[in-house]
Amino acid sequence: MAEQELPGVLVLDVGGAQGVLAELAALLQRHFHLITMKEFLANKSELSRRIQSVFVFEGRPRIDRELLQSLPNLRVIGNSGVGVDHLDLALISAFGVKVTNTPHAVADPTADMGMALMLASARRLVEGCQIAVSPDTKHFAVDWLGVEVTRATLGIIGMGSIGYKVAQRARAFSMRILYHNRNRRRKEEEEAVGAHYCERMEELLQQSDFVMLVVNLTPQTHRLIGRKELGLMKPTATLINISRGAVIDQDALVEALQNQVIRAAALDVTYPEPLPRDHPLLRLKNVIITPHAGTATLQAAQAMAAEAVANMLAALRGQPIPSQVLPAGRIPPAAPPLS
Amino acid sequence: MEGQELPAVLIDCVGGKRGVYEDHAEFLEKYFRLITMKEYLENKSLGRKIRAVYQWFHKPVVNQELLQSLPNLEVVASAGVGIDHLDLRLLSSRGVKVSNTPLVVSTDTADLGMALMLASSRRIVEGHQIAVSPNTQHFAADWLGTEVSGATLGIVGMGTIGYKVAQRARAFEMKILYYNRRQRNKEEEGAVGAIYCKKIDDLLRQSDFVLLSVNLTPQTHKLIGKRELELMKPTATLINISRGLVVDQDALVEALQNRVIKAAALDVTHPEPLPRDHPLLKLGNVVLTPHIGSATRQTRRRMMEGMLESIQAALAGLPVPNEVLP
Repeated sequence: MAEQELPGVLVLDVGGAQGVLAELAALLQRHFHLITMKEFLANKSELSRRIQSVFVFEGRPRIDRELLQSLPNLRVIGNSGVGVDHLDLALISAFGVKVTNTPHAVADPTADMGMALMLASARRLVEGCQIAVSPDTKHFAVDWLGVEVTRATLGIIGMGSIGYKVAQRARAFSMRILYHNRNRRRKEEEEAVGAHYCERMEELLQQSDFVMLVVNLTPQTHRLIGRKELGLMKPTATLINISRGAVIDQDALVEALQNQVIRAAALDVTYPEPLPRDHPLLRLKNVIITPHAGTATLQAAQAMAAEAVANMLAALRGQPIPSQVLPAGRIPPAAPPLS
Repeated sequence: MEGQELPAVLIDCVGGKRGVYEDHAEFLEKYFRLITMKEYLENKSLGRKIRAVYQWFHKPVVNQELLQSLPNLEVVASAGVGIDHLDLRLLSSRGVKVSNTPLVVSTDTADLGMALMLASSRRIVEGHQIAVSPNTQHFAADWLGTEVSGATLGIVGMGTIGYKVAQRARAFEMKILYYNRRQRNKEEEGAVGAIYCKKIDDLLRQSDFVLLSVNLTPQTHKLIGKRELELMKPTATLINISRGLVVDQDALVEALQNRVIKAAALDVTHPEPLPRDHPLLKLGNVVLTPHIGSATRQTRRRMMEGMLESIQAALAGLPVPNEVLP
């Protein structure tokens, strides 16, 4: 198909620190006429009608009323990633535009990141590395210790696809797995990973050596973990967050870490990202922070783009959409079975 | 028992950065009269009383000189699994038994192997530095690591620790190859989905991650040298949780500098620590940890308890748990 016949997809940019990766742009160009924000702004009158979709990568471009008003033929926003808390679903829906995300592509790399952070924190990897390379190090102290992961208790809060994959991995470390979720999983699913359901999150918090947050950010999960929850955790416990920064009351977390209410935290996500450079979390020895890298692999980026492309094409063709996200309160249409 | 003296056991010291932990010493003193090297050196006549050496991370050093002054020494209990620092033949010739603590360290060491593989591939150390750096204003979209799930892991040395690594890696849907002195049986292989490589070359050519979990012996000394590194994929990562001397360190530095392999993650080097001007400390594609394979409170406690048991058995003339034969 000639480029001009392909539906237009808007991206912020290609390449550089903020743009879509070059490899992803190539994938998009197989199915779409790729238009960057710069090109669009330079030629609004001609390009505005061409744009039927927007590929949102790392939360960009920002979807606001002004943009929506300037794209009369926009039908779908394909988000790269599963979290859509950066999108105003009600506003977008009011313009008759669909929103899709990529729950399948994110699952493995994000579960891996959860495990990486849990292990790094337990074994004090970042600190250890600093000691190993420090100009002041003369000997390695034998009383420098971390905590065990094998046979410890992992409490997973949010047992969706990602949480379940974390459980699968943790089981291989003979971990005792507890989970708390909106809905209880089927018995076979629980047994396959040896997970015990905790109807009350308090139960999970009191018994876990590691607490991992794997929920979506919604009004219900906003500040899910606050002072009370941190106080319920063991003083030897570690909190790991691979969901969204706003799931934790960050000020309460700082206090808990400073006062040894919990042992440590490992955060791939904060609020905001990055944190202000004078934020106390940056200076605490018992905190590991990573730059929201849960899906920061080329394979994951390609898989997310492919999933977004499939979603967007389905929307444009009027076919059932594999991963549509509806504004809260709406019942989703039945999705086609996964291929 | 009244009138019965507790058996005298030589230790290096209590507390500080290198000594026996204070709570461990307290526990051991219920069973032994602990004699520190300082006490012994101030009063060499104590040498005749010493029946065991409790060697906590290579200290006290057990050499010919010490052995000659401990005529009633029956056993050396060594902390950890490696015994490459002990002259087994010399000890055996003097009728001294040796014990180590192989099983209790195995899960922590396997966990650390996984931790290093994940930390290296997902760039955890660098990522943390970026996240906390005063210069960071945004997180770059093109800052990427590589996937562990679904990748190929080659395990060199499939003993207790190597096998536990395989069990963990399987849950990440990794393809597992292994090289070992002897092939494991079908059930063991099947349980972790591990494929035996008769030649190490086959493992090196196919692996995205090469993990070393062998003992250090004359046969494994410099097992991984220039030739082996060149056989590895340029996108591969070397992980070492065995001993520094299993790798030709100079060849490794060269390979990392010239991108012959992508990265390395090392819990062990030779020596430990490395000299502060060593190139490995400055390479961006290297994660180094200070030999912390068994460094958890729980495991160190179990090590102490195992060593206690081995010493007690030796002194009672019973079969010694975890005895290491020459």
